Amino acid sequence: MHVLQPFNSHADSDFRASVRAFIANKFDAGMRAKTARQAGLFAESELAQAWHKILYEQGWITPSWPVQYGGTDWSRSQHRIFAEECAGAGVPVISQAGIKLVGPAIMRYGTDEQKAFFLPAIRSGEHEWCQGYSEPGAGSDLAALRTRAVRDGDHYVVNGSKIWTTHAHHANWIFLLARTSVDCKPQAGISFLVAPMASPGITVRPIISMSGEHEVNEVFFDDVRIPVTNLIGQENDGWTVAKAVLADERGTVSQSQRLTLASSQVKTAALSELADDGGVLADDAAFRLKFASLQIRCMAIEWTDRRVASESGGLSEIAASIPNMQKIQASVARQDLNELRVEALGVYGAVDQRAGLGIGATDSAIGPDYALTAMVEYLESRARTIYAGSSEVQRNIIARNALGL
Amino acid sequence: MSIVLNPEQTMLRDLVSRYFTKNYDFDTRRAMVLGGGQWRPEIWKELAELGLLGAAVPEALGGLGGGAVEHMIVMEQVGAHLALEPYIETTVIGSKLLDFLQKDVAALIGSGIIAGEVRLAFAQSEPRGRYNLSVVETKAAHVSNHYLINGFKSVVVSAAHATHLIVAARTGGGARDSDGISLFLVDSAATGISRRDFLLIDGHSASDVSFENVRVEASARIGAEGSALPILEELYDAAITASCAEAVGVLQRLLDDTVAYSKERKQFGQSIGSLQVLKHRMVDMFIEVQEAISMTHLATIAQEWPAAERSLAVAAAKVRVGNACRFVSQNAVQLHGGIGTAEELAVSHYFKRATILENLFGSVDHHLMRFASMSSTKRKMPMELS
Repeated sequence: MHVLQPFNSHADSDFRASVRAFIANKFDAGMRAKTARQAGLFAESELAQAWHKILYEQGWITPSWPVQYGGTDWSRSQHRIFAEECAGAGVPVISQAGIKLVGPAIMRYGTDEQKAFFLPAIRSGEHEWCQGYSEPGAGSDLAALRTRAVRDGDHYVVNGSKIWTTHAHHANWIFLLARTSVDCKPQAGISFLVAPMASPGITVRPIISMSGEHEVNEVFFDDVRIPVTNLIGQENDGWTVAKAVLADERGTVSQSQRLTLASSQVKTAALSELADDGGVLADDAAFRLKFASLQIRCMAIEWTDRRVASESGGLSEIAASIPNMQKIQASVARQDLNELRVEALGVYGAVDQRAGLGIGATDSAIGPDYALTAMVEYLESRARTIYAGSSEVQRNIIARNALGL
Repeated sequence: MSIVLNPEQTMLRDLVSRYFTKNYDFDTRRAMVLGGGQWRPEIWKELAELGLLGAAVPEALGGLGGGAVEHMIVMEQVGAHLALEPYIETTVIGSKLLDFLQKDVAALIGSGIIAGEVRLAFAQSEPRGRYNLSVVETKAAHVSNHYLINGFKSVVVSAAHATHLIVAARTGGGARDSDGISLFLVDSAATGISRRDFLLIDGHSASDVSFENVRVEASARIGAEGSALPILEELYDAAITASCAEAVGVLQRLLDDTVAYSKERKQFGQSIGSLQVLKHRMVDMFIEVQEAISMTHLATIAQEWPAAERSLAVAAAKVRVGNACRFVSQNAVQLHGGIGTAEELAVSHYFKRATILENLFGSVDHHLMRFASMSSTKRKMPMELS
C-alpha cells in the first residue's frame, strides 16, 4: 500500500533547479540593488517593466494562461514551484492588473478582435494596465458605483471618478466598471469597458499613502469617449465579468509564498539585534515565542496551499472558499511579520528612511542595512486587509459560500 | 508534497465512516457513559474483524501495511463519533512500537493487535514530569537477566483495559537526563502493579499506576538500554499526529452543529445565523478547522521525515490544532447559548473531548516552547524544505 504519493517528483526537482538558475542569472546585482530599495506593495514601474521583459523573453510572463494565448503547460506543482522560487528570491513584484485580471477577463468574455489586439500586448508589456473599480462612494459595496457611461452613437461617454487605482500614473490602459443603466438592480446596469489612459478627459491625481509611497491614485473621467468596440462582454452584464475578475484577484493577492521571505527578514533582524539582557534578540524568551507562533501560522497557510493544490476533481463549496480564507490569513500574517520586524529594530524602527528608498535613491539606511524598508513595509501592509475585498467582505463571502449563512 | 488518498485509502475512509455512523450513534454512547461504561469490547471486536486494527501493522506480520495516512483517516472518524476505544494507544502507538520489538515479540504483539486481543497503554507521564519526556523518576534496576521496576505513572489512559503497558523507566542518569531512559513492554497483570482507576471528563478511562518491584525479563526491554528517548519521541509524535486527526473530526462536528443550529434558532425575529457578528465568528471557526486539517496533513506526512524535522512539524501541528480546539469548542458552546452547556446535547460532549485533546500529549505552550527551541534560527523550517 502506498502511504504517500510524492508531490515533488524528480521532474519537479529538475524544474525547480532550472527556475532557480534562470533567476540567479537574470535577477542580477543591479536589479537586486534596486529591488532592495523597494518598500511598496508593487515594484516601481521601471523596475517592474524590466523584470516583465525578462520573463516575457523567457516565455514565463503568463504561465497560467492557456497555451494558445501564450501560457505554459506546467503542472500545478510547477506553477507552485515557480511562484515559490520567485518569492524566495525576492524578485520585483509586478502589478497583476494585466496578466491576472483583465487578460483572463478578455479571454473569457472578449471578442476575437479584442483577444487578438489585447492579449499579445499584455504579454509583451506594451500595455500596462490599471483597474478602475472602487469609487469614493463604492468601496466594499462595489455595486454602488456611480460612474456613468451613456451611449452616443458608436461611443460611450463616461463621467465619474475612480479611486485607489494602483499605478494609474504609469498605466497606458484602464479597465473600468461604469453604469450603463439605472432603471434596474444595482448589479444589473453595469458594463465593463477598457480605455487608453491617454483618452481626452481622463486625469490622474496621486494619493500618497501614510508611508510616503505613491502607488494609488484617483482617476477622473470627464466626457471621456470610449468606442463601443471597447466593451468587454455584453452591455449591462459587466457585473458577471467583474465577479470573475474579483475571484481571480483574490486568488492571486494572498502572495502566500512571500511569507517565507518576510519571515526570513524578521529572522535577519532578530539575529543581529540585541535583547535587553545583551543576548541575541532571537533568543529572547518573549520575542521567540511570538515569532514561533507566527511561524506556525505561516506554516498553516503554506500547508493549506499545498493541500488544496493536490485536491483533484471539481472544487467543493469549501475548496472554492479557500482563496478567500487565504486572502485573510496571508494578509494578516504578512502584517504581523512586518510588525514584528519593526519591533525587532528597536529604536531604529521609528526612523523615516524615505531618502534611501526608490530606484533612484543612493542614501544608505539610517541604522542597520536591514532597517531600510521595514517601517514603510509595515505602513504599506495595513492596506493588505483592505484591498481586493477587505477581510470583513471575505468573511461575508465565506459565510455565504462555505457555510450557507 | 501533499496527501492524495489512493483507492484503498478512499475505500478505508468510506468503510470507517459507514461503520461508525451505523454503530456509534450519540444516544447509545451517551447512555453508556452515563452508566459508567468506558468502552465497548464488542465494538473493538468488530473493528478487528473489519481489519482496522491491523491497518498499520506490516504485511509481514499479517497487517495491511499502511501507516500514518491510514491512522489519520480512522482518527478523523473516531473524533467525529467520539469513540472511546483505545485506538491511539493500541493501534497507533502499538503499530509504531513493532518496529522496535524483537522479531518474535513483534510477531506476537502484531498479531494480537490485529485480532483485538492485545491492548496497550502508554505509561509515560509522571507527577513531576509534566510534559517533558526526559523526566523519568521511575527506576528499572538491572538484576542479572531481568529488571525490577519501581515508580509511579500519572493518568495513564486506557490502562484499566490494557493487556500490556509501555513503561518508560530509568536505568541510568539523573531524573531529568535525556540519557539513561529505557522502555519496557510489561504485562499489565504482573505482580507489583497496582492501579487507581478513574474517568476523564469525556468518559475515557485512565489510571494512576504504581510499580513496586515489578519483575520483567530482559527480553521485555524495547531498544537498547538507556537510550530509549528517541523511541519515546517517535511514539509520541505518532500519537500526537493521530490526536490531531481526531481533533479535526471533533472540531468539524462542532462547527457543523453550530452552523446548523444558528440557522434554526430564532431571536429578535430572525435566525441568529443571519447576524453578521455571529457569521464572522463561524467563519473564524471554519478557518481554524481548515488550518487544523492542513497541519494534520503536514504532521502525517512528516512521520516519514528524519527525526528533527518530524518533531518540528509535529510540534507546529500540535500548537495550531491545540489553539483550534480551544477556539472552536468555546465558540460552539457560546453560539449555542444556554443549551450548549447542557449535558443532553452532543455539543457539550464534543466540547469536553476538544478540551482533553488540547492538552493531550502536551499543552500548546509546551509544544510552542519545543518548536521554538528546535527551530532555533539556524535550522530550516519545514516550510522551507523543498
